Amino acid sequence: MVGVSQAAELSPRQPLEPVATASEAARIVARATAVDAVGLEGRAAALATRSIKRDSKVWALELAIRCMDLTTLEGSDTTGKIVAMCAKAVRPDPLRPEVPGVAAVCLYPQLVPVAVEQLAGTGVAVASVAGGFPSGLGPLDARLREIADVAAAGADEIDIVLNRSLFLGGRYAEAFEELVAAREAAGSAHLKVILEAGELGSYDRVRQASMLAMAAGADFIKTSTGKISVNATLPNALCMMEAARDFHRQTDRRVGVKVAGGVRRSKQSIQYLVLVHETLGPDWMTPDLFRIGASSLLNDVLMQLEKEDTGHYSGPDYFTVD
Amino acid sequence: MTEAIERPASAAPPWEYASAPESTDIVRLDHRYGLFIGGEFVEPKSGRWFPTISPSTEETLAEVAEADAADVARAVDAARDAAPAWRALAPAERAKYVFRIARQLQERAREFAVLESLNGGKPIKESRDVDIPLAAAHFFYYAGWADKLEYAFPARGTPAPVGVAGQIIPWNFPLLMAAWKLAPALAAGNTTVLKPAETTPLTALLLAQVMQEAELPPGVVNIVTGAGETGAALVDAPVDKIAFTGSTEVGKIIRRSTAGTGKRLTLELGGKAANIVFEDAPLDQAVEGVINGIFFNQGHVCCAGSRLLVQEPVFDALLGKLKDRLQTLRVGDPLDKNTDVGAINSRAQLEKIEELVESGVEEGAEIYQPECLLPERGFWFRPTLFTGVSQSHRIAREEIFGPVLSILTFRTVDEAVEKANNTPYGLSAGVWTEKGSRILHMAQRLRAGVVWANTFNRFDPTSPFGGYKESGFGREGGLHGLEPYLTFDGGAR
Amino acid sequence: MTDRLEVRRTAKLYIGGAFPRSESGRSYEVTTHAGEPLAQVSQASRKDLREAVVAARSAFPAWSGATAYLRGQILYRVAEMMEGRRAQFEAELADAGAADPARGVSASIDRWVWYAGWADKLAQVVGATNPVAGPYFNFTLPEPTGVVGIVAPGNQSLLGLVSRLAPAIVSGNTTVAIASERSPLPAVSLAEVLATSDVPAGVVNVLTGRTAELVPWLASHMDVNGIDVTGVPDELLADTERAAAENVKRVHRAPDADPFDEAAQSPYEITAFTESKTVWHPMGA
Repeated sequence: MVGVSQAAELSPRQPLEPVATASEAARIVARATAVDAVGLEGRAAALATRSIKRDSKVWALELAIRCMDLTTLEGSDTTGKIVAMCAKAVRPDPLRPEVPGVAAVCLYPQLVPVAVEQLAGTGVAVASVAGGFPSGLGPLDARLREIADVAAAGADEIDIVLNRSLFLGGRYAEAFEELVAAREAAGSAHLKVILEAGELGSYDRVRQASMLAMAAGADFIKTSTGKISVNATLPNALCMMEAARDFHRQTDRRVGVKVAGGVRRSKQSIQYLVLVHETLGPDWMTPDLFRIGASSLLNDVLMQLEKEDTGHYSGPDYFTVD
Repeated sequence: MTEAIERPASAAPPWEYASAPESTDIVRLDHRYGLFIGGEFVEPKSGRWFPTISPSTEETLAEVAEADAADVARAVDAARDAAPAWRALAPAERAKYVFRIARQLQERAREFAVLESLNGGKPIKESRDVDIPLAAAHFFYYAGWADKLEYAFPARGTPAPVGVAGQIIPWNFPLLMAAWKLAPALAAGNTTVLKPAETTPLTALLLAQVMQEAELPPGVVNIVTGAGETGAALVDAPVDKIAFTGSTEVGKIIRRSTAGTGKRLTLELGGKAANIVFEDAPLDQAVEGVINGIFFNQGHVCCAGSRLLVQEPVFDALLGKLKDRLQTLRVGDPLDKNTDVGAINSRAQLEKIEELVESGVEEGAEIYQPECLLPERGFWFRPTLFTGVSQSHRIAREEIFGPVLSILTFRTVDEAVEKANNTPYGLSAGVWTEKGSRILHMAQRLRAGVVWANTFNRFDPTSPFGGYKESGFGREGGLHGLEPYLTFDGGAR
Repeated sequence: MTDRLEVRRTAKLYIGGAFPRSESGRSYEVTTHAGEPLAQVSQASRKDLREAVVAARSAFPAWSGATAYLRGQILYRVAEMMEGRRAQFEAELADAGAADPARGVSASIDRWVWYAGWADKLAQVVGATNPVAGPYFNFTLPEPTGVVGIVAPGNQSLLGLVSRLAPAIVSGNTTVAIASERSPLPAVSLAEVLATSDVPAGVVNVLTGRTAELVPWLASHMDVNGIDVTGVPDELLADTERAAAENVKRVHRAPDADPFDEAAQSPYEITAFTESKTVWHPMGA
């Protein structure tokens, strides 16, 4: 078992149930508020220029770590790779035990048992992709079985994809039903629904998909698989956060938002935190409701923390590559 | 399954935006500024000087000269003397002078932005991201017209400058208004006398220094600082054209003063724009547009969206979002990069706003203001919403020129158009809807010189700006902005 | 005092923002007007031309998608860079036999500035809203045609090239230019200016070499949308236009005028390579 360190705080949260039925799916999509692309992008760009105070910056950087899903989703992932990554997840900086651990590790189903064993008792959760990630277009029964299997193997959280083939084809009720079935197969594991915003074609669609996924009982809506060329962007994330905010107003339910793919620099992670703060408010500034799926980001954040502490810029040689 | 280890509950997030003040070191202010006449800074014949302050701290920044009628006459003479040579220059050469000014503005952008926020009170992120870049762009755009005038007005006769222009500008966008006036005038071959607003002379005077560096021939641009009397003297002086941006009240006075004189006149006056939100609008972006429409530059904007017309079905949702959004607006030090709403430009303006807001409460409208701490010194007003407003309330009819939004409702397109047009003003309007045909239909029926659809407060040197009805006449920007500075009947006097 | 040996310049092609030699390895000798050897200059092949077209095509979306204001700014900066290099340009024009090199350079810079100023004005002069007889909003806008091939005039090796190039790119087109065969050095220096002026890679590509060899390949290329044949020798013109018919290229030859004359500059040199797009939209509640 890996050494324990200041890991993420995950208050046990009951997984969410659907708030609508499949027959309402088409209406949910049709009634989703329109989104003006120019206005949305302008707002995201304006928020990206906020600067935060030094003390808050340290707190924000540590929050970024606490909200991180340290991710590896490569065909070449082995047991050894996962063991090393889990060690890093629990204690990111070997020289500084006060740096918190991440929220979760995110990996492929085959490696779940390794991670479960490594992370037992550390407070770092095990998140697995499942359901035919990243395309989500295999046979439905196989996809649902994969979800049930990783839940049984001990995954705390399961990241699945929205069926874009159904969604973009206008088959909203079927897309909704698949999400509800996935919800059920996941049991008590938290369900993150990946919208793959970069494929949806417009912010209107991103908003519609957000509303659909949240109505189906998603605990989190997530921007991207990280496997296509357009991943998390500030405008996509802002659009999803606005949807989550309105969903909360309508149903009193808080759904989390996860940004994933392409978040490599500390500055970006702080920009996303600014978006959360300005759009969803302080209640969402917790790993229970906000996550960043990343891998190389962690070392960049550690370097920034070092700079805030020592006053000089650090270099990659001083941080472990796991 | 992993067991979570007990951790102390997290404290409320200690999230604070950096006080990220732009340093004022970049600005070097003189103790005192003379009038800029004939290419030099000179002492005023009036012998009088007055202080100019920072409205966020009330501290004096410098003293500027107060020009009297004799000073104005001297400036007009300088402009008149410089006119023939300036007009005779090859247009391509004239263009290059104006390009130089544009380039200098870009080079010294930060300095100008800081000075603008210091002297006027607007947030640094506005002066840095909007005012100064647009000012440079205006000079760039019009520089390119100087040697292409025959294409601007084909077959209309040989374009020639009108002669000497007197230009009076307001305090809400000091440098930008100077650019709007000077750029087309110079490109068209005119010489000018510019009178900056009483409370915001400093960026115009810095611009004069840029003109010296650009080697602009002496007398082509002259700057006379002062207050109402200086402006009146300029209106009465023997110039060929007057261009004025300011209140409708003063615009009417100028119209009367120039009656029968043959002077060309353009006026850009007040407004009471309707920002119209339909139920199918992209609501979150509409919120940004409404907020920007009335709180950008503290509402000191002639084209501000000061009346919000909301289609009834979406009223509650929109109001809820607006109130939430108001809580996130940061009012404070204009030089702080995170500030959204800066200082009110002057004590006089603050008193006007307070008076009108009181009238709103007295007349029965419901007021909403977010909690925010305001600094002790300086002139400040909280962003304010009024609901339960009817067309007859003063706050729905009179221009407040402050961060105060009056909210009314409507049911149909016809009702929205009727209410929007029901005002003596006609400067701008906003329309928020996803339906393209409705946008164009509204644009057609709204009696306003500028219609913004699914956006607000967008400006560009290529885009003509100006009002209908009592918001004035004449346009600035674009091809149309050249016309007031040209004559086609054979030449200037 | 010893004589200092000068470091001689290599004159290469300008493709995709870089300066490669011809893939064919060939070069040819360029002489002064008086016949003295001046330099070895890369002799472009049809494959270089093919690569240049690829570079121009991939630069097109970003250049045509940039705001007019930005294009105007970039072109103005080109003029700034040209002004800084006037001595070099004047020397090259003198070698080429120009009667008044200083005048030629000044005219070239001023011409470039003139065209730069059109970027954000063209639409206002040649665009329109059209008052159709129905409840429709109807407007027409000029748009750049795409990749434009330019055959620069043999003489007036700077002013002639500038007069073809500036109007082509100011509207958003990207170009492949074949420089004057006889006096290519001003074109090479202009390419060096462009490379240092924030002009994105691929917007202008300059090929030096044998005009008669390169023109047919340019004229027949199916991914070139327009061709400026001002510098095409008369005996090749008919063949060039025939080849251009294959993908209905827009073909333009500058009117015969003294290039120093103001009549030689016109917004209609820009519209030679723009398309007009007209859009209808109903107006109704």
